Amino acid sequence: MSNAQTFQFFNRGPSPAVRLVFFVVLSLLLMFVDARYRYLESARSTLSMLVTPIQQLATMPGRLWHQAGEFFVTQGGLVEENSNLRQQHDRDAALLSQLQSLQQENQHMRNLLTLPQRSEFSAQSAEILYAERDIFKRKLLIGKGADSQVKIGQVVMDDMGIVGQITRVYPWMSEVTLITEKDHAVPVQLVRNGLRTIVFGAGDTSQLSLRYMPVSSDIQNGDVLVTSGIDGVYPPGIPVAKVVKIERDAAYPFARITCLPLAGVDRNRQLLILSDLPPLPAMPVAELPPGTGKDAKTGGNE
Amino acid sequence: MSYLSPSTPEIQRPVSNIFIVISVLIALFLNALPWEGWWLALRPDFVALVMLYWCTHTPLRVGIGLSWTTGMLADVADASLFGQHALAYTLLAFGGVVLHRRLQMFDLRQQTTQVLGIFALTYGVYALVHWQVNGYMMWSYLLGCLTSTLLWAPLSIMFMAMRRARMERE
Repeated sequence: MSNAQTFQFFNRGPSPAVRLVFFVVLSLLLMFVDARYRYLESARSTLSMLVTPIQQLATMPGRLWHQAGEFFVTQGGLVEENSNLRQQHDRDAALLSQLQSLQQENQHMRNLLTLPQRSEFSAQSAEILYAERDIFKRKLLIGKGADSQVKIGQVVMDDMGIVGQITRVYPWMSEVTLITEKDHAVPVQLVRNGLRTIVFGAGDTSQLSLRYMPVSSDIQNGDVLVTSGIDGVYPPGIPVAKVVKIERDAAYPFARITCLPLAGVDRNRQLLILSDLPPLPAMPVAELPPGTGKDAKTGGNE
Repeated sequence: MSYLSPSTPEIQRPVSNIFIVISVLIALFLNALPWEGWWLALRPDFVALVMLYWCTHTPLRVGIGLSWTTGMLADVADASLFGQHALAYTLLAFGGVVLHRRLQMFDLRQQTTQVLGIFALTYGVYALVHWQVNGYMMWSYLLGCLTSTLLWAPLSIMFMAMRRARMERE
Protein backbone atom coordinates (compact mmCIF):
# COMPACT_ATOMS: atom_id res chain seq x y z
CA MET A 1 0.00 0.00 0.00
CA SER A 2 2.70 2.48 -0.88
CA ASN A 3 2.01 5.84 -2.42
CA ALA A 4 2.89 4.44 -5.81
CA GLN A 5 -0.45 2.73 -5.87
CA THR A 6 -2.37 5.83 -6.90
CA PHE A 7 -0.02 6.52 -9.79
CA GLN A 8 -0.23 2.96 -11.03
CA PHE A 9 -3.96 3.32 -11.32
CA PHE A 10 -4.04 2.71 -15.07
CA ASN A 11 -1.36 0.07 -15.06
CA ARG A 12 -2.75 -2.74 -13.02
CA GLY A 13 -3.20 -5.38 -15.64
CA PRO A 14 -6.29 -7.55 -15.70
CA SER A 15 -8.86 -7.03 -12.99
CA PRO A 16 -9.03 -9.42 -10.02
CA ALA A 17 -12.15 -11.07 -11.43
CA VAL A 18 -10.41 -11.87 -14.72
CA ARG A 19 -7.40 -13.25 -12.89
CA LEU A 20 -9.68 -15.25 -10.62
CA VAL A 21 -11.44 -16.88 -13.55
CA PHE A 22 -8.14 -17.57 -15.31
CA PHE A 23 -6.48 -19.25 -12.34
CA VAL A 24 -9.61 -21.13 -11.27
CA VAL A 25 -9.96 -22.58 -14.76
CA LEU A 26 -6.25 -23.40 -14.81
CA SER A 27 -6.51 -25.16 -11.44
CA LEU A 28 -9.57 -27.12 -12.47
CA LEU A 29 -7.86 -28.16 -15.69
CA LEU A 30 -4.75 -29.30 -13.83
CA MET A 31 -6.83 -31.22 -11.31
CA PHE A 32 -8.75 -32.93 -14.08
CA VAL A 33 -5.57 -33.91 -15.94
CA ASP A 34 -3.91 -35.06 -12.73
CA ALA A 35 -6.84 -37.10 -11.49
CA ARG A 36 -7.72 -38.70 -14.81
CA TYR A 37 -4.51 -39.14 -16.73
CA ARG A 38 -1.62 -38.68 -14.28
CA TYR A 39 0.44 -36.88 -16.92
CA LEU A 40 2.01 -34.50 -14.45
CA GLU A 41 4.19 -36.83 -12.39
CA SER A 42 7.43 -35.55 -13.94
CA ALA A 43 6.45 -31.94 -13.25
CA ARG A 44 5.64 -32.96 -9.70
CA SER A 45 9.01 -34.58 -9.12
CA THR A 46 10.75 -31.51 -10.59
CA LEU A 47 8.82 -29.16 -8.30
CA SER A 48 9.46 -31.48 -5.37
CA MET A 49 13.13 -30.56 -5.58
CA LEU A 50 12.12 -27.03 -4.54
CA VAL A 51 9.98 -28.17 -1.65
CA THR A 52 12.03 -31.11 -0.38
CA PRO A 53 14.67 -28.95 1.39
CA ILE A 54 11.94 -27.22 3.42
CA GLN A 55 10.40 -30.55 4.31
CA GLN A 56 13.74 -32.06 5.26
CA LEU A 57 14.35 -29.05 7.47
CA ALA A 58 10.94 -29.46 9.09
CA THR A 59 11.64 -33.08 9.99
CA MET A 60 14.98 -32.11 11.56
CA PRO A 61 13.67 -31.40 15.11
CA GLY A 62 11.99 -34.81 15.30
CA ARG A 63 15.07 -36.54 13.95
CA LEU A 64 17.36 -34.69 16.36
CA TRP A 65 15.09 -35.68 19.23
CA HIS A 66 15.30 -39.28 18.07
CA GLN A 67 19.07 -39.13 17.81
CA ALA A 68 19.38 -37.47 21.20
CA GLY A 69 17.37 -40.36 22.64
CA GLU A 70 19.80 -42.79 21.05
CA PHE A 71 22.75 -40.89 22.45
CA PHE A 72 21.56 -41.27 26.03
CA VAL A 73 20.97 -45.02 25.86
CA THR A 74 22.52 -46.70 28.91
CA GLN A 75 24.90 -49.60 28.71
CA GLY A 76 22.54 -51.74 30.84
CA GLY A 77 19.71 -51.16 28.39
CA LEU A 78 21.94 -52.09 25.47
CA VAL A 79 23.14 -55.28 27.16
CA GLU A 80 19.57 -56.29 27.90
CA GLU A 81 18.40 -55.53 24.39
CA ASN A 82 21.36 -57.41 23.00
CA SER A 83 20.61 -60.53 25.01
CA ASN A 84 16.93 -60.31 24.01
CA LEU A 85 17.91 -60.04 20.37
CA ARG A 86 20.33 -62.96 20.73
CA GLN A 87 17.58 -65.14 22.19
CA GLN A 88 15.23 -64.06 19.42
CA HIS A 89 17.92 -64.84 16.88
CA ASP A 90 18.46 -68.36 18.28
CA ARG A 91 14.75 -69.03 18.19
CA ASP A 92 14.47 -67.67 14.66
CA ALA A 93 17.48 -69.67 13.52
CA ALA A 94 15.87 -72.88 14.75
CA LEU A 95 12.62 -72.00 12.96
CA LEU A 96 14.53 -71.00 9.85
CA SER A 97 16.33 -74.35 9.59
CA GLN A 98 12.92 -76.00 9.84
CA LEU A 99 11.63 -73.64 7.17
CA GLN A 100 14.42 -74.58 4.80
CA SER A 101 13.64 -78.26 5.06
CA LEU A 102 9.95 -77.47 4.65
CA GLN A 103 10.70 -75.35 1.60
CA GLN A 104 12.63 -78.20 0.03
CA GLU A 105 9.84 -80.58 0.82
CA ASN A 106 7.30 -78.17 -0.62
CA GLN A 107 9.35 -77.72 -3.76
CA HIS A 108 9.67 -81.46 -4.14
CA MET A 109 5.94 -82.00 -3.75
CA ARG A 110 5.12 -79.18 -6.12
CA ASN A 111 7.44 -80.81 -8.62
CA LEU A 112 5.60 -84.06 -8.18
CA LEU A 113 2.27 -82.34 -8.72
CA THR A 114 3.73 -80.22 -11.58
CA LEU A 115 2.57 -77.00 -9.93
CA PRO A 116 4.54 -73.78 -10.60
CA GLN A 117 7.14 -72.97 -7.97
CA ARG A 118 6.63 -70.27 -5.41
CA SER A 119 9.25 -67.74 -6.29
CA GLU A 120 11.25 -65.66 -3.88
CA PHE A 121 11.54 -61.92 -3.70
CA SER A 122 14.24 -59.58 -2.55
CA ALA A 123 13.84 -56.66 -0.19
CA GLN A 124 15.57 -53.40 0.58
CA SER A 125 15.09 -51.46 3.77
CA ALA A 126 14.10 -47.82 3.92
CA GLU A 127 13.47 -45.31 6.66
CA ILE A 128 10.29 -43.31 7.07
CA LEU A 129 10.94 -39.62 6.48
CA TYR A 130 7.57 -38.30 7.58
CA ALA A 131 3.87 -38.91 7.37
CA GLU A 132 1.99 -36.79 4.90
CA ARG A 133 0.50 -33.60 6.38
CA ASP A 134 -2.92 -34.12 4.94
CA ILE A 135 -5.67 -35.17 7.25
CA PHE A 136 -7.52 -36.88 4.42
CA LYS A 137 -4.76 -39.32 3.66
CA ARG A 138 -2.86 -42.16 5.22
CA LYS A 139 0.40 -41.97 3.42
CA LEU A 140 4.07 -42.03 4.31
CA LEU A 141 7.17 -40.79 2.60
CA ILE A 142 10.20 -43.05 2.79
CA GLY A 143 13.81 -42.24 2.02
CA LYS A 144 14.34 -44.44 -1.03
CA GLY A 145 13.29 -43.31 -4.47
CA ALA A 146 14.03 -43.70 -8.12
CA ASP A 147 17.76 -43.67 -7.32
CA SER A 148 17.32 -47.04 -5.55
CA GLN A 149 15.16 -48.56 -8.30
CA VAL A 150 11.96 -48.22 -6.31
CA LYS A 151 8.97 -48.60 -8.60
CA ILE A 152 5.29 -47.83 -8.37
CA GLY A 153 3.28 -50.78 -7.10
CA GLN A 154 5.98 -52.38 -5.01
CA VAL A 155 4.88 -53.74 -1.66
CA VAL A 156 6.09 -52.28 1.63
CA MET A 157 6.12 -54.35 4.80
CA ASP A 158 7.72 -54.47 8.22
CA ASP A 159 8.70 -57.49 10.29
CA MET A 160 5.06 -58.22 11.21
CA GLY A 161 3.17 -57.82 7.97
CA ILE A 162 2.07 -55.66 5.07
CA VAL A 163 2.24 -51.90 5.62
CA GLY A 164 1.27 -50.57 2.21
CA GLN A 165 2.20 -50.04 -1.37
CA ILE A 166 4.38 -47.56 -3.25
CA THR A 167 2.15 -45.19 -5.16
CA ARG A 168 4.47 -42.41 -6.24
CA VAL A 169 8.22 -42.25 -6.79
CA TYR A 170 10.29 -39.10 -6.44
CA PRO A 171 14.02 -38.87 -7.22
CA TRP A 172 15.14 -39.49 -3.63
CA MET A 173 12.02 -40.61 -1.84
CA SER A 174 8.77 -42.35 -2.50
CA GLU A 175 5.23 -42.25 -1.25
CA VAL A 176 3.68 -45.26 0.46
CA THR A 177 -0.09 -45.58 0.63
CA LEU A 178 -0.91 -47.42 3.85
CA ILE A 179 -3.36 -50.31 3.82
CA THR A 180 -5.53 -48.25 6.18
CA GLU A 181 -6.09 -45.61 3.47
CA LYS A 182 -9.72 -45.32 2.54
CA ASP A 183 -10.72 -47.91 -0.07
CA HIS A 184 -7.24 -49.37 -0.38
CA ALA A 185 -7.83 -53.04 -1.13
CA VAL A 186 -5.67 -56.06 -0.34
CA PRO A 187 -6.74 -59.52 -1.51
CA VAL A 188 -6.45 -61.83 1.48
CA GLN A 189 -7.15 -65.33 2.64
CA LEU A 190 -8.10 -66.64 6.08
CA VAL A 191 -5.35 -68.79 7.57
CA ARG A 192 -7.84 -71.01 9.41
CA ASN A 193 -9.98 -72.13 6.50
CA GLY A 194 -8.53 -70.59 3.36
CA LEU A 195 -11.55 -68.37 2.69
CA ARG A 196 -10.62 -65.76 0.07
CA THR A 197 -11.76 -62.18 0.44
CA ILE A 198 -10.60 -58.60 0.15
CA VAL A 199 -9.77 -56.30 3.03
CA PHE A 200 -10.34 -52.55 2.66
CA GLY A 201 -8.91 -49.61 4.56
CA ALA A 202 -11.32 -47.62 6.70
CA GLY A 203 -9.59 -44.28 6.14
CA ASP A 204 -10.58 -42.39 9.24
CA THR A 205 -9.20 -44.86 11.78
CA SER A 206 -6.28 -47.27 11.83
CA GLN A 207 -8.64 -50.10 11.01
CA LEU A 208 -9.53 -52.32 8.11
CA SER A 209 -12.84 -53.83 7.18
CA LEU A 210 -14.03 -56.88 5.29
CA ARG A 211 -16.88 -55.86 3.04
CA TYR A 212 -19.38 -58.01 1.20
CA MET A 213 -19.03 -61.01 3.49
CA PRO A 214 -22.34 -62.85 3.87
CA VAL A 215 -23.75 -62.98 7.40
CA SER A 216 -23.31 -66.73 7.39
CA SER A 217 -19.63 -66.73 6.38
CA ASP A 218 -17.25 -68.69 8.58
CA ILE A 219 -15.23 -65.96 10.28
CA GLN A 220 -14.34 -65.77 13.95
CA ASN A 221 -12.74 -63.20 16.18
CA GLY A 222 -8.97 -63.56 16.13
CA ASP A 223 -8.79 -65.00 12.64
CA VAL A 224 -5.59 -64.01 10.87
CA LEU A 225 -5.72 -62.78 7.28
CA VAL A 226 -2.72 -63.32 5.01
CA THR A 227 -2.25 -62.14 1.44
CA SER A 228 -3.64 -64.59 -1.07
CA GLY A 229 -1.24 -63.63 -3.85
CA ILE A 230 -3.78 -64.08 -6.62
CA ASP A 231 -3.57 -60.39 -7.54
CA GLY A 232 0.06 -60.50 -8.65
CA VAL A 233 0.88 -57.41 -6.56
CA TYR A 234 1.23 -58.82 -3.07
CA PRO A 235 3.27 -62.01 -2.64
CA PRO A 236 1.27 -64.84 -1.04
CA GLY A 237 1.28 -65.71 2.63
CA ILE A 238 2.26 -62.41 4.27
CA PRO A 239 0.20 -61.52 7.36
CA VAL A 240 -2.08 -58.51 6.89
CA ALA A 241 -4.67 -58.22 9.64
CA LYS A 242 -6.52 -59.85 12.45
CA VAL A 243 -10.30 -59.91 12.90
CA VAL A 244 -11.29 -58.05 16.06
CA LYS A 245 -15.01 -57.44 15.77
CA ILE A 246 -17.87 -59.08 13.90
CA GLU A 247 -21.40 -57.68 13.81
CA ARG A 248 -23.94 -60.01 12.28
CA ASP A 249 -27.17 -58.14 11.83
CA ALA A 250 -29.85 -60.02 9.95
CA ALA A 251 -31.25 -56.70 8.69
CA TYR A 252 -28.24 -56.24 6.44
CA PRO A 253 -27.12 -58.62 3.73
CA PHE A 254 -23.48 -58.43 4.80
CA ALA A 255 -21.73 -58.84 8.11
CA ARG A 256 -19.74 -55.87 9.42
CA ILE A 257 -16.26 -57.15 10.15
CA THR A 258 -13.55 -54.96 11.61
CA CYS A 259 -9.89 -55.92 11.49
CA LEU A 260 -6.71 -54.44 12.89
CA PRO A 261 -3.52 -54.43 10.83
CA LEU A 262 -0.83 -56.76 12.17
CA ALA A 263 2.04 -54.63 10.95
CA GLY A 264 3.01 -51.53 12.89
CA VAL A 265 1.38 -49.34 10.27
CA ASP A 266 1.60 -46.27 12.48
CA ARG A 267 4.62 -47.19 14.56
CA ASN A 268 7.86 -48.33 12.96
CA ARG A 269 10.60 -46.25 11.42
CA GLN A 270 12.25 -48.98 9.34
CA LEU A 271 10.35 -50.61 6.51
CA LEU A 272 11.14 -53.18 3.84
CA ILE A 273 10.39 -52.63 0.15
CA LEU A 274 9.84 -55.89 -1.71
CA SER A 275 11.05 -56.05 -5.27
CA ASP A 276 11.48 -58.57 -8.07
CA LEU A 277 8.08 -60.08 -7.56
CA PRO A 278 7.33 -62.44 -10.44
CA PRO A 279 4.71 -61.15 -12.86
CA LEU A 280 1.49 -63.08 -13.13
CA PRO A 281 1.17 -65.32 -16.16
CA ALA A 282 -0.80 -63.66 -18.92
CA MET A 283 -4.48 -64.18 -18.49
CA PRO A 284 -6.21 -66.28 -21.14
CA VAL A 285 -8.94 -63.76 -21.76
CA ALA A 286 -10.64 -65.46 -24.66
CA GLU A 287 -11.28 -68.68 -22.81
CA LEU A 288 -12.97 -67.09 -19.81
CA PRO A 289 -16.69 -66.60 -19.69
CA PRO A 290 -17.59 -62.90 -19.73
CA GLY A 291 -17.53 -61.14 -16.38
CA THR A 292 -14.87 -63.22 -14.61
CA GLY A 293 -11.93 -61.49 -16.21
CA LYS A 294 -12.11 -58.59 -13.76
CA ASP A 295 -11.68 -60.69 -10.63
CA ALA A 296 -7.94 -60.26 -10.37
CA LYS A 297 -8.08 -56.50 -10.75
CA THR A 298 -8.13 -55.71 -7.09
CA GLY A 299 -4.56 -54.96 -6.12
CA GLY A 300 -4.44 -51.51 -4.62
CA ASN A 301 -6.46 -48.41 -5.19
CA GLU A 302 -4.36 -46.75 -7.82
CA MET B 1 -4.50 -1.34 23.01
CA SER B 2 -3.35 0.78 20.17
CA TYR B 3 -2.99 -2.34 18.01
CA LEU B 4 -6.74 -2.85 18.03
CA SER B 5 -7.42 0.56 16.61
CA PRO B 6 -7.91 0.99 12.86
CA SER B 7 -4.69 0.95 10.97
CA THR B 8 -2.65 4.10 11.29
CA PRO B 9 -0.63 5.48 8.37
CA GLU B 10 2.59 4.36 9.97
CA ILE B 11 1.97 0.68 9.30
CA GLN B 12 1.54 1.35 5.63
CA ARG B 13 5.23 1.22 5.05
CA PRO B 14 6.69 -0.54 2.03
CA VAL B 15 7.69 -4.12 2.68
CA SER B 16 10.72 -5.63 1.07
CA ASN B 17 10.20 -8.55 -1.28
CA ILE B 18 12.67 -10.61 0.70
CA PHE B 19 10.52 -10.24 3.78
CA ILE B 20 7.48 -11.56 1.88
CA VAL B 21 9.38 -14.50 0.39
CA ILE B 22 10.91 -15.48 3.72
CA SER B 23 7.54 -15.30 5.48
CA VAL B 24 6.02 -17.64 2.87
CA LEU B 25 8.93 -20.07 3.18
CA ILE B 26 8.58 -20.07 6.97
CA ALA B 27 4.86 -20.75 6.56
CA LEU B 28 5.62 -23.72 4.28
CA PHE B 29 8.09 -24.92 6.90
CA LEU B 30 5.52 -24.64 9.70
CA ASN B 31 2.99 -26.58 7.62
CA ALA B 32 5.54 -29.33 7.07
CA LEU B 33 6.34 -29.84 10.77
CA PRO B 34 5.44 -33.35 11.95
CA TRP B 35 1.81 -32.75 12.90
CA GLU B 36 -0.17 -35.89 13.56
CA GLY B 37 -3.63 -37.00 14.60
CA TRP B 38 -5.72 -34.28 16.23
CA TRP B 39 -2.87 -31.81 16.03
CA LEU B 40 -3.01 -32.22 12.28
CA ALA B 41 -6.75 -31.49 12.32
CA LEU B 42 -6.19 -28.41 14.48
CA ARG B 43 -3.16 -27.23 12.53
CA PRO B 44 -3.79 -23.75 11.14
CA ASP B 45 -2.88 -23.37 7.50
CA PHE B 46 0.07 -21.04 7.94
CA VAL B 47 0.58 -20.62 4.21
CA ALA B 48 -3.02 -19.49 3.74
CA LEU B 49 -2.66 -17.08 6.67
CA VAL B 50 0.50 -15.49 5.34
CA MET B 51 -0.83 -15.29 1.79
CA LEU B 52 -4.02 -13.66 3.01
CA TYR B 53 -2.03 -11.16 5.06
CA TRP B 54 0.05 -10.10 2.06
CA CYS B 55 -2.96 -10.07 -0.26
CA THR B 56 -4.78 -7.66 2.03
CA HIS B 57 -1.78 -5.50 2.91
CA THR B 58 0.15 -5.41 -0.36
CA PRO B 59 -2.51 -6.32 -2.93
CA LEU B 60 -0.51 -4.82 -5.78
CA ARG B 61 2.49 -7.04 -5.25
CA VAL B 62 1.03 -10.23 -3.81
CA GLY B 63 -2.12 -11.24 -5.59
CA ILE B 64 -3.90 -14.09 -7.20
CA GLY B 65 -1.04 -15.25 -9.42
CA LEU B 66 1.48 -15.50 -6.62
CA SER B 67 -1.05 -17.26 -4.40
CA TRP B 68 -1.71 -19.76 -7.15
CA THR B 69 2.02 -20.44 -7.47
CA THR B 70 2.35 -20.91 -3.74
CA GLY B 71 -0.64 -23.24 -3.89
CA MET B 72 1.15 -25.35 -6.48
CA LEU B 73 4.13 -25.66 -4.14
CA ALA B 74 1.77 -26.64 -1.33
CA ASP B 75 0.25 -29.26 -3.63
CA VAL B 76 3.66 -30.78 -4.22
CA ALA B 77 4.50 -30.64 -0.52
CA ASP B 78 1.25 -32.31 0.52
CA ALA B 79 1.10 -34.59 -2.53
CA SER B 80 -2.47 -33.50 -3.01
CA LEU B 81 -4.05 -33.28 -6.43
CA PHE B 82 -2.22 -30.82 -8.69
CA GLY B 83 -4.20 -27.60 -8.39
CA GLN B 84 -6.19 -28.43 -5.28
CA HIS B 85 -4.38 -26.06 -2.95
CA ALA B 86 -3.84 -23.72 -5.89
CA LEU B 87 -7.57 -23.41 -6.45
CA ALA B 88 -8.24 -22.82 -2.76
CA TYR B 89 -5.49 -20.19 -2.48
CA THR B 90 -6.70 -18.48 -5.66
CA LEU B 91 -10.10 -17.95 -4.05
CA LEU B 92 -8.39 -16.89 -0.82
CA ALA B 93 -6.34 -14.28 -2.67
CA PHE B 94 -9.37 -13.05 -4.55
CA GLY B 95 -11.21 -12.59 -1.27
CA GLY B 96 -8.21 -10.79 0.18
CA VAL B 97 -7.68 -8.49 -2.80
CA VAL B 98 -11.36 -7.60 -3.12
CA LEU B 99 -11.85 -7.00 0.59
CA HIS B 100 -8.52 -5.34 1.32
CA ARG B 101 -9.90 -1.78 1.57
CA ARG B 102 -12.65 -2.87 3.89
CA LEU B 103 -10.27 -4.88 6.05
CA GLN B 104 -7.94 -1.94 6.44
CA MET B 105 -10.80 0.17 7.75
CA PHE B 106 -11.58 -2.39 10.42
CA ASP B 107 -9.87 -3.11 13.71
CA LEU B 108 -8.50 -6.56 14.35
CA ARG B 109 -11.67 -7.92 15.92
CA GLN B 110 -13.80 -6.93 12.95
CA GLN B 111 -11.11 -8.17 10.59
CA THR B 112 -11.25 -11.57 12.25
CA THR B 113 -14.91 -12.07 11.41
CA GLN B 114 -14.27 -11.13 7.77
CA VAL B 115 -11.25 -13.40 7.62
CA LEU B 116 -13.30 -16.31 8.97
CA GLY B 117 -15.52 -16.08 5.91
CA ILE B 118 -12.55 -16.13 3.54
CA PHE B 119 -10.97 -19.09 5.32
CA ALA B 120 -14.29 -20.94 5.38
CA LEU B 121 -14.49 -20.53 1.61
CA THR B 122 -10.89 -21.74 1.17
CA TYR B 123 -11.30 -24.78 3.40
CA GLY B 124 -14.74 -25.52 1.98
CA VAL B 125 -13.46 -25.56 -1.60
CA TYR B 126 -10.52 -27.79 -0.69
CA ALA B 127 -12.80 -30.24 1.11
CA LEU B 128 -15.34 -30.10 -1.72
CA VAL B 129 -12.73 -31.03 -4.31
CA HIS B 130 -11.57 -33.87 -2.10
CA TRP B 131 -15.13 -35.06 -1.66
CA GLN B 132 -15.78 -34.98 -5.39
CA VAL B 133 -12.60 -36.85 -6.26
CA ASN B 134 -12.37 -39.37 -3.43
CA GLY B 135 -15.99 -39.63 -2.37
CA TYR B 136 -15.79 -39.07 1.37
CA MET B 137 -15.54 -36.22 3.87
CA MET B 138 -13.63 -35.70 7.08
CA TRP B 139 -15.36 -33.03 9.07
CA SER B 140 -12.48 -32.59 11.49
CA TYR B 141 -10.58 -31.00 8.60
CA LEU B 142 -12.76 -27.90 8.89
CA LEU B 143 -11.48 -27.27 12.43
CA GLY B 144 -8.29 -25.91 10.88
CA CYS B 145 -10.38 -23.06 9.49
CA LEU B 146 -11.19 -21.89 13.02
CA THR B 147 -7.63 -22.13 14.33
CA SER B 148 -6.36 -20.28 11.27
CA THR B 149 -8.86 -17.50 11.94
CA LEU B 150 -7.83 -17.30 15.59
CA LEU B 151 -4.23 -16.79 14.49
CA TRP B 152 -5.12 -13.83 12.26
CA ALA B 153 -4.86 -11.21 15.01
CA PRO B 154 -1.55 -12.47 16.52
CA LEU B 155 -0.07 -12.72 13.03
CA SER B 156 -1.17 -9.21 12.11
CA ILE B 157 0.28 -7.79 15.32
CA MET B 158 3.52 -9.67 14.81
CA PHE B 159 3.97 -8.53 11.21
CA MET B 160 3.03 -4.98 12.18
CA ALA B 161 5.65 -4.99 14.94
CA MET B 162 8.27 -6.45 12.61
CA ARG B 163 7.58 -3.88 9.93
CA ARG B 164 7.75 -1.12 12.49
CA ALA B 165 11.03 -2.45 13.82
CA ARG B 166 12.44 -2.40 10.29
CA MET B 167 11.33 1.19 9.91
CA GLU B 168 13.09 2.26 13.08
CA ARG B 169 16.32 0.58 12.03
CA GLU B 170 16.25 2.43 8.73
